[in-house]
Amino acid sequence: MYKDGKMYDWPYPVNYEAETEVETDVLILGGGIAGCWAAISAAKGGSKVAIVEKAATITSGAGGSGCDHWINTPNPVSKVTAEDCVDWESQNANGYLNNISRYIAAKESYDTLLEMEQMGGKIRDTNDEFAGADFRDEKTKFLFAYDYENKFHFRIWGKNFKSALYKECKKLGVKIYDRTMATSLLTDGGKQGTKVIGATGLNSRTGELFIFKAKATVMSMSRHSRNWAFSSELTGLGQFRPNIVGTGYAMAFRAGAQFTQMERSMPGNLSFGTSYPSYGTGNAMNTWFPCTIVDANGKQIPWTDRDGKELTDFDQRTHPVKGQKLFGERGMAYDYRRPDITPDMQKRVKNGEFALPLYADMTGMPQMERRAIWGLMVGNEGRTPTPIFRTYNEAGFDPDKDMLQSYLMLGGDWLRGATLPHVRIGGEGPGDSGGLVVDWNLKTTLDSLYAAGDSLFAANYHHHAAATGRYAGRKAAAHANQTEQTKPARKQIDNEKARVYAPIERKNGIEWKELNAGLARVMQNYCGNYKNDELLNIGLKWTSDIEKNVASTACASNPHTLMRTLGVLDILTCNQMILHTSLARKASSTYLGFNRLDYPEIDPPAYHKWITIHQEGKRVKTGELSLDFYGDMESNYEAHK
Amino acid sequence: MSEEKIYATPNQPTPARPVIFNAELCTGCNCCVEVCMTDIFIPNPDKGKPPIIIYPEECWYGGVCVEHCPVDGAITLNHPLMQRAHFKRKDSSEHFWV
Ligand SMILES: Cc1cc2nc3c(=O)[nH]c(=O)nc-3n(C[C@H](O)[C@H](O)[C@H](O)COP(=O)(O)OP(=O)(O)OC[C@H]3O[C@@H](n4cnc5c(N)ncnc54)[C@H](O)[C@@H]3O)c2cc1C
Ligand code: SF4
Ligand code: SF4
Repeated sequence: MYKDGKMYDWPYPVNYEAETEVETDVLILGGGIAGCWAAISAAKGGSKVAIVEKAATITSGAGGSGCDHWINTPNPVSKVTAEDCVDWESQNANGYLNNISRYIAAKESYDTLLEMEQMGGKIRDTNDEFAGADFRDEKTKFLFAYDYENKFHFRIWGKNFKSALYKECKKLGVKIYDRTMATSLLTDGGKQGTKVIGATGLNSRTGELFIFKAKATVMSMSRHSRNWAFSSELTGLGQFRPNIVGTGYAMAFRAGAQFTQMERSMPGNLSFGTSYPSYGTGNAMNTWFPCTIVDANGKQIPWTDRDGKELTDFDQRTHPVKGQKLFGERGMAYDYRRPDITPDMQKRVKNGEFALPLYADMTGMPQMERRAIWGLMVGNEGRTPTPIFRTYNEAGFDPDKDMLQSYLMLGGDWLRGATLPHVRIGGEGPGDSGGLVVDWNLKTTLDSLYAAGDSLFAANYHHHAAATGRYAGRKAAAHANQTEQTKPARKQIDNEKARVYAPIERKNGIEWKELNAGLARVMQNYCGNYKNDELLNIGLKWTSDIEKNVASTACASNPHTLMRTLGVLDILTCNQMILHTSLARKASSTYLGFNRLDYPEIDPPAYHKWITIHQEGKRVKTGELSLDFYGDMESNYEAHK
Repeated sequence: MSEEKIYATPNQPTPARPVIFNAELCTGCNCCVEVCMTDIFIPNPDKGKPPIIIYPEECWYGGVCVEHCPVDGAITLNHPLMQRAHFKRKDSSEHFWV
């Protein structure tokens, strides 16, 4: 970090306040999976397209380092329908599912996957590595995961998907603005709640400001993060989804857009401190399904079906039980529950039936299954090609001979080890979080602003980000064709410049890490595992106090730390959104991970609905949305597609 | 005792060294700098030398810097000590770590 005891000079030319104007038809905010797909489909629809990406589009985002399962995809080899795909997830989520985006994804995911193949993504076992495997369709050479009978979750070689998308964007002439953090939405007349006409962006190397003018804008900057869990020493490692802080949410909220499900959270401090690299420990789910787990003496831990009945054959782990239509990639709902390690493991370890530690033992598994986990799944899944597959192989790990330890100590979770109940995850978690409310055009509540991928409420998964990005890009292009460019209001730009550059002007104020840690502590204390009105109101008070008295002193020393500082200010806004929605939900809910001490009733019918939130001026308005607001899926999809 | 000058250095910001460069192999092409997901590096002011890690605590440990490096072995991803998983050889019962 230091050269001869001195700091290095900032290597890039710095030009704070300098403005560059860019005019485009369709503006994509966030060049991840959804953003790249939106850019590609808008460009194919004839639009001039620009991507604004905080990192480097070639590698950025949750899918930037890979993807191994492309799930929920009805296809010619399978009888599963789009309705089935939505139903298992909806039952799992106790109805809290974005049926609009899930249905669109299920309808278009197969075509999207075939397009991925045309761009150079490998989606078939063309080398016949797995010829004859139970999970392969011999004619198409497709490989499937989880439920081998129903063949609707694809196993794919997703390691290079992101670079293939990037190349396609380039080929289609999409203008890419990397290392540029979108900071605010521009609206008609600079007014909240009006049409979105572009955005501002800060280059995190040069500090210059970009003013993007667009006829239609797609929000694809993923979710919020670091609201409860923040590690100042292992900031990046501690986030499951990379590099996101909720800037997309904060800017759309300020512009007047409506959000829902912001109060959902779950325990999980993810990768720092007590846990291990994602997919890098012995387990039996997701990428590692259906791995054999053994105890310290090599005794197999039983697998059970949905009724808790022990499964005797390996094959039973990958087939629905008699009378079960299909099973999902994950799931609590009985109808679609997948086979799993026996749920009473902890008891059986305590009473001495099994000895710790446990191991994932692929050695005795069918060879195809072993190679599917080690090499295909671990090796293409995000954060695995180098961190796990290469690193572990180089350390001498051999799946034919070695067993990888599982850190399921008593308590904690399978994937990652111990967690603390009050250190929670919302947006960065593997499940569905809150996000933007959209209609069947994937248009938000603001005119000309579309959304796709994980920034949609109750959304998740790579195939979903790809298919909704592709759909939103199409819609945005069609809208842009019928719209004129609108000149941004100078006052709005000036206000944003004052906000963005203020931390550079200040001295001796708080820095971003301390601010993030302080905000997280408020959330842990007042919006933790147990909540009540008093706690939440105090949480809001402290957050607002920090905003007025502390965040207003935040300072930054170069364009990079300026980007981080602005990100923490966005976390502050997201915390306020979470606290307000939490106050409005006067009930507890298992699925939402929401425990109210003053309203302990779990999921009462009166609260089986979404709480929405938006801003009018500085006033926060909460409202409600029925869980079936999407209407009839088939006819709505047909009418809008 | 070494005669090296002693400085009043601050502690490292993180209990980790996210990547390790092999200065003999690295050409200083800065490809890793350009693809890094969290922009933790700056190019080395001495051209041709390995990049400088300025923000090690921001590393996401996704490893795309290693994948995009044109020189095999010039950069290695290095999980911090408390992140190294353990494995056991089945027939010999020997224990290893990553
Ligand atoms: C390690 C890992 C493995 C996964 N594996 C799978 C899998 O195998 N199958 C599956 O279905 N799902 C998987 N997922 C989930 C899946 O990757 C995500 O659901 C999907 O990538 C979401 O796409 P997105 O475009 O919404 O978000 P992302 O792909 O994360 O893209 C968001 C983009 O926005 C950018 N951004 C953020 N803030 C700003 C800003 N202010 N300005 C400009 N740009 C900004 C980010 O840098 C990023 O590039 C995995 C996730 C992770 C983290
Ligand atoms: S990409 Fe490889 S060779 Fe180039 S600077 Fe980085 S480590 Fe060195
Ligand atoms: S692992 Fe990822 S975040 Fe870390 S240095 Fe490499 S590219 Fe950057």
